[in-house]
Amino acid sequence: MTPMVEAMQPEGFKGVFVYLEHSNGQLEGVSLEILGKAQELAGKLSTDVTGVILGSNVRDLAEEAVQFGANHVLIADSPELAQYTTDAFSNVLGALVKERKPEILLLGATHDGRDLAGRLAVRLNTGLTAHAVQVEVEENSKLLVCGVPGFGGNIVAMCKCPRSRPQMATVRPGIFPVPQRNSSRKGTLESVPVSIGQVRTKILERSVKEGVDITKAEVIVIAGRGAEAHLDEVRKLADSFGGAVGVTRPLADKELMPRDHQVGSTGCAVAPKIAIVFGASGAAHFVSGIREAKAVISINRDQSAPINAYADYIVTEDIATLLPALLKSSEKS
Amino acid sequence: MRTIVCMKIVPRTEEVRFDPQTKTVDRSKAENEINQPDKNALEMALALKSKHGGDVILLAMGPPFFEAYLRLGIAMGADDAILLSDRAFAGADTYPTSYTIAAAIKRIGNYDLILCGEESSDASTGQVPPGIAEWLNIPQVTYATQLEINGNLARAKRTVKGGYEIVETQMPLLASAELGSNSPRFPDFRKKRWADKEFKVKVWTAADLEVDPNKIGGKGSHTIVEELVQLPKPSRRMLRITGSPEDKAALILQQVKEARGK
Repeated sequence: MTPMVEAMQPEGFKGVFVYLEHSNGQLEGVSLEILGKAQELAGKLSTDVTGVILGSNVRDLAEEAVQFGANHVLIADSPELAQYTTDAFSNVLGALVKERKPEILLLGATHDGRDLAGRLAVRLNTGLTAHAVQVEVEENSKLLVCGVPGFGGNIVAMCKCPRSRPQMATVRPGIFPVPQRNSSRKGTLESVPVSIGQVRTKILERSVKEGVDITKAEVIVIAGRGAEAHLDEVRKLADSFGGAVGVTRPLADKELMPRDHQVGSTGCAVAPKIAIVFGASGAAHFVSGIREAKAVISINRDQSAPINAYADYIVTEDIATLLPALLKSSEKS
Repeated sequence: MRTIVCMKIVPRTEEVRFDPQTKTVDRSKAENEINQPDKNALEMALALKSKHGGDVILLAMGPPFFEAYLRLGIAMGADDAILLSDRAFAGADTYPTSYTIAAAIKRIGNYDLILCGEESSDASTGQVPPGIAEWLNIPQVTYATQLEINGNLARAKRTVKGGYEIVETQMPLLASAELGSNSPRFPDFRKKRWADKEFKVKVWTAADLEVDPNKIGGKGSHTIVEELVQLPKPSRRMLRITGSPEDKAALILQQVKEARGK
């Protein structure tokens, strides 16, 4: 079976392309994470890494991408690309990929990244794997193999795209480390001609807070349904640690916290040094989000809550009692 | 106004078991349900229908047992339901899935709005909605939490990283509803009884659609799943912290301090 698959591999496609997402004049964390991963893949494929950036006045960001691992950066610069729209971005990136023929195209699994990738994969007649948590090159076939979590995040499907190019994947934020920035790294920047085409959506308003990226927090205090009434105290506690606040899905559904703070398979995966979890029962879709935490403390009134199996330290206590005690002692120290 | 709501029936994630021997997923003991964000999409459609009139058509692709769930959607207020069911559709990744659904939408015709859930809870790729929009060559708004219609214009609030944006576009439009963006209504009891007895779900096979047989099902898929692996449960120490609330607080703070020091 395998030799057949290899024989079918299309030829003439080379290089690893990384779509560089940015907002508020900064490259997205996930784009930097992917640059690190892409260097590793390119090494195994004896090729190099090309960043692709679409935006308005983004040359500085392109230079920055070089320092984080891009060998080349293609810059599509136009005032009409100042804001993300599906049409403009898929037209420009789609045309570029068709022309340059990379073997791999990686994007961050952000809202906009997934919006763009899903559309582009159909246009390019190729396969796309979603929010990969593992990204490797297979030894013999040199195919991209991506691990895609499903069923609440516990089962990972190892996916390949043997017969079409580029092999596309969106990569889940917070999984791979941001590579070391090296300001002496050299790379080439190339401005490409931009043809926007018809843009059918109009952005009337965009409101983006310079929020904490909880995937980068060293300490994260998470509130589950059992701590719903104590969110203020949870916030205070997180503040006292200089940490971030996370919530489980039901709290995000009720809009008690923005989605960016939701931990779990439909939210973010976090990798703090320590996660302190209040009043979460331990649903599979939630615990998959704290897998990469170095340590987990769980506080729950129910001494046999399923979350216990996913905690290093189990505290059975009424949250209404424990939170004030915690706040009091953290003030002292 | 005609709205088509795409629906998937999924096993409840927490009831799906993985067999490490055969490396397969056992869905047989899991209860099935309408994919949650698809219910949010249906609620969005029904709310618009009560304001602007028109019809709401449910569209799903899958085995015959999906019919019962489509009847549930009818009892919630949808007007018609179509199930794409054919062995030739089996084994599809998101490319042939979006292609097949788009072909069915073309056959239904005269649509103003296509609504989907943001992603399914089983495969959770979120790729099918933008895929359908591309096949139909219509604009898309993914991760929508609100949708308003004014004449031929649609205005949607869409979640982006760190906030939201308000997007306006002409219809026809495809929008995917964010999970939890509204509270889906309950099925009407009398309608449910009627739907179970009288309502016939239309079943379409590949022969009913204008599709290239090489682009559907497993044959049309670009990705292959090599194997399924279960992530090992992270090894946790599971130590109990006991004592008075003050003792517990002190021990927790100590752990935080130690963890940060590393």
